Amino acid sequence: MSEIIFTDANFEAEVLKSDKVVLVDFFATWCGPCKMQGPIIEELAKEIGDKAKVGAMDVDVNPATAGKYNVMSIPTLIVFKNGEVKNTMMGLQGKEQLKAEIEKYV
Amino acid sequence: MSNYDVIIIGGGPAGLTAAVYCRRRELKTLVIAKAVGGQAALAHEVQNWPGTESISGFELTQQMKAQADKWGAEFISDEVLAVAEGEKILVKTTQGEYQTEAVILAFGLTPRDLGVPGEKEFTGRGVSYCATCDGPLFKNKSVAVVGGGNAASEAAEYLSRLAKQVFLLSDTCDAAAEATLVDKVKAIKNISVTCGLKVVSIEGEGQVASIKYTDLKNNENKKLSLDGVFIEIGYSPKTAWLKGVVDLNERGEVQADKAGLTSVKGIFAAGDCTDVGFKQIVIAAGEGAKAALSAYKYLAANKGQTARPDWGEKK
Repeated sequence: MSEIIFTDANFEAEVLKSDKVVLVDFFATWCGPCKMQGPIIEELAKEIGDKAKVGAMDVDVNPATAGKYNVMSIPTLIVFKNGEVKNTMMGLQGKEQLKAEIEKYV
Repeated sequence: MSNYDVIIIGGGPAGLTAAVYCRRRELKTLVIAKAVGGQAALAHEVQNWPGTESISGFELTQQMKAQADKWGAEFISDEVLAVAEGEKILVKTTQGEYQTEAVILAFGLTPRDLGVPGEKEFTGRGVSYCATCDGPLFKNKSVAVVGGGNAASEAAEYLSRLAKQVFLLSDTCDAAAEATLVDKVKAIKNISVTCGLKVVSIEGEGQVASIKYTDLKNNENKKLSLDGVFIEIGYSPKTAWLKGVVDLNERGEVQADKAGLTSVKGIFAAGDCTDVGFKQIVIAAGEGAKAALSAYKYLAANKGQTARPDWGEKK
């Protein structure tokens, strides 16, 4: 599956009510490490296929969701399952580690 | 287990250049790095890369990656935990193990941490090592910047435009920052500069609420209520995992000679993680090329072949 763009508007349907495990990359366009995280998320989304949903959310454009999950550092990566936060990772993450983290909950 | 001629640890200018050179010598090459670009990718603008007047660090390192891709280097986005000598060299990452004839250490520098209680616990919960990333998340809040150098002053200046109040806290009063920058920071109304102190702890519940420090002039303990702490005390090589494997200097940098050789046969090093005198993109790239050619020479000698220079056009 290709990378999904999450927003305040689609968050409930795409993330909280998803029947799959979801990884959300909270980022901002001004942040250097977020730029480095971007290509990793893109590749991960392709590699993981239909097993899980992988996507990104711009905290500037979607302050409500970022606020709700208390995002105080970017990138922050959160794994959701059945609407619940399973794991929160802060700072730049490698693809293999993210994949392993998602697979724990698939 | 996958077998390689060379495994390069690190994806900044040193590692990426080494990858290009290794592939031009047709060595089976794997680059292991959490992300591509390293510290260089975070540089807003690079004005001293020869042949290019101005380019963003992100774009420059992406171009280096594309070049390494074109030559057929493989990439894994993971973190290396250990390198062990044996008949071949074993490289262990968080998710796998790889065998190789040679290793090039090129993992650069990592932001230094303060090492006080609460710092780890609140990282991402008010403690940050990147003012330009996380600053905008602290609009109209109170924050501290810890550090005495240029980076700390620059961070304080940047944050003063976003936060309500900025406390610049540094251990020494002999400013390590450039005088013009110090004067600029002192003139900003919502920055309060305090020097001659030692941070004791960062406290809070769920997120940062205060910082405690000792005033070194009178040994008094003080507490500041705030929402964020930005740590800007420079960079250091993350080499604890290499202790006892290769020789490190007193600063923890990998000791490498002019040709990129370390104290261990088959392990080479390049760029900012080494004891090279200048931490610069162009120098790291040059060092990466040297380490790659040394690795090539070493592998050729092992096979009884003669090493040739990397000149001219290759297809």
